[in-house]
Amino acid sequence: MAESVLKDKVAIVGIGQTAFGKGLPDSELSLACQAISAALDECGIAPSEVDGLVSFTMEPNREVDVARNVGLGDITFFSQIGYGGGAGCGTIVHAAMAIATGQCEVAVAWRARKRADKASRPWAQVTERLEDHWQWSRPWGLLRPVDEIAMLTRRYMHEFGAKREHLANVAIAFRKHANRNPAATMHDRPLSFEQYMDARWISEPLCLFDNCLETDGGLAAVLVSAERAKDLPQKPVYVHTGAQGLPPQHQTMINYFNDDPLRGPAWTAAKQLWRDADFTPADVKVAQIYDAFSPLIPLSLEGYGFCGRGEGAAFTEGGALEWPDGRLPTNTSGGGMSEAYVHGFNLVLEGVRQMRGTSTSQVEGAECCLVTSGEGVPTSAVLLRR
Amino acid sequence: MTDVVSGFLLPDLESEDGAPFWAGTARGELLVQACASCGRRRFPPRPMCPHCRSIETRWDPMSGRATVWSFVVPHPPLLPAYAELAPYNVIVVALDDDPTIRMVGNLVTGPEGGINEIDPASIAIGEPVEVVFSRVGDTTLPRWKRA
Repeated sequence: MAESVLKDKVAIVGIGQTAFGKGLPDSELSLACQAISAALDECGIAPSEVDGLVSFTMEPNREVDVARNVGLGDITFFSQIGYGGGAGCGTIVHAAMAIATGQCEVAVAWRARKRADKASRPWAQVTERLEDHWQWSRPWGLLRPVDEIAMLTRRYMHEFGAKREHLANVAIAFRKHANRNPAATMHDRPLSFEQYMDARWISEPLCLFDNCLETDGGLAAVLVSAERAKDLPQKPVYVHTGAQGLPPQHQTMINYFNDDPLRGPAWTAAKQLWRDADFTPADVKVAQIYDAFSPLIPLSLEGYGFCGRGEGAAFTEGGALEWPDGRLPTNTSGGGMSEAYVHGFNLVLEGVRQMRGTSTSQVEGAECCLVTSGEGVPTSAVLLRR
Repeated sequence: MTDVVSGFLLPDLESEDGAPFWAGTARGELLVQACASCGRRRFPPRPMCPHCRSIETRWDPMSGRATVWSFVVPHPPLLPAYAELAPYNVIVVALDDDPTIRMVGNLVTGPEGGINEIDPASIAIGEPVEVVFSRVGDTTLPRWKRA
């Protein structure tokens, strides 16, 4: 096999984030610029050196505005990744590809949003006449992402015997991690099994605690070549492999219309991710898995090969997702469900902290960390290594 | 109880891909798009057959018999018109004529039935249903009653 152009060629060398909260006074643009500025300061790179920018198509802040505020120089590469929460790791992959192929030298990937603002709920911003694919789901009252994922969840429970207790394992593990992370929204807010089981429904079979938070905040990462990274103050975290994933006949969020809706984009991204990797799923001791909704964890565990088809729910038993003794401590900062929901970009930064050795729930001896983006939408993933 | 018409999210009945489907439901027919070249059915409708890349299409009438593939019960917060009816059911059915074709719908007692009338605890994956046509504003939505 030809040597990968990407593998370990690029490193994340700086990370920055704002406070997380509801109703932060700062604008989304200000949040983005503060996060990027902090990430550049952390690695001692001047804004004028930044020549690559990558974010989400759903990112409200345009490259021109970010560049005019932070004082960036000549930008020679900029791209945006689509499909909401599927984009997070894709921004890292695109930035790494751009550096590895010489299209830029210093890339910034970022995400900022004020999701806690009720007016920013995407599902509430719909027109009354649906022309696109939503005309095949929304008229019947399948309105929100939680409804769309609940539909797959009920089917998953039916086919594979998954129970609410399994989803509780996910929610409780991530909450425990948030309680070790002072920056987490749910720090000092323990969650018991009884609280989970008694919680109000949002879309049966999913309850309140199966949902991610609604968060205002911004996060950014700075990437440079592995060569350059050696001279910078932070311990480099290498982009070992990365992938995007869009399977045949997939439909974003309402993936009910193909032969096997429970075999989602994770399976496609995983094939590419592991192809060039020096690691297998058995070698991975820590993961950050996109958790807009708890059932995405078992689905992703299956897709990325940590267990067999239909075994993702059982995988969560016995504290498997919990620091420090679980088989795979997952979302060690609290994730989207208990740290912050900034479209999964906080998972990327926690992956970096795990590889630096600075997580508040540090997994000892982990050589690599899997970070994934949204399941149920065209997605992406990176395998970070220290 | 009848649906609150105002505030429902309804399709553009003239949309290029969907118009024949919605014209069919208005006549009381459940039509599924098929490739006029290779005959394979596809849903939701779209311009090109992913099997043979023909852009020639036809619309096949379905029997209207199906089984429940999955279902959810949304609770607020929801858009106001839907919140008024919550909790209600939303189902996905697989058509008996072609189980690879699945559609989103509601389980109701009949064309005039509310989407919140049936006890959600009584709904089961795999139960047989048949199509009914419910008028909502200017749109006719296919919904499903127990067969």
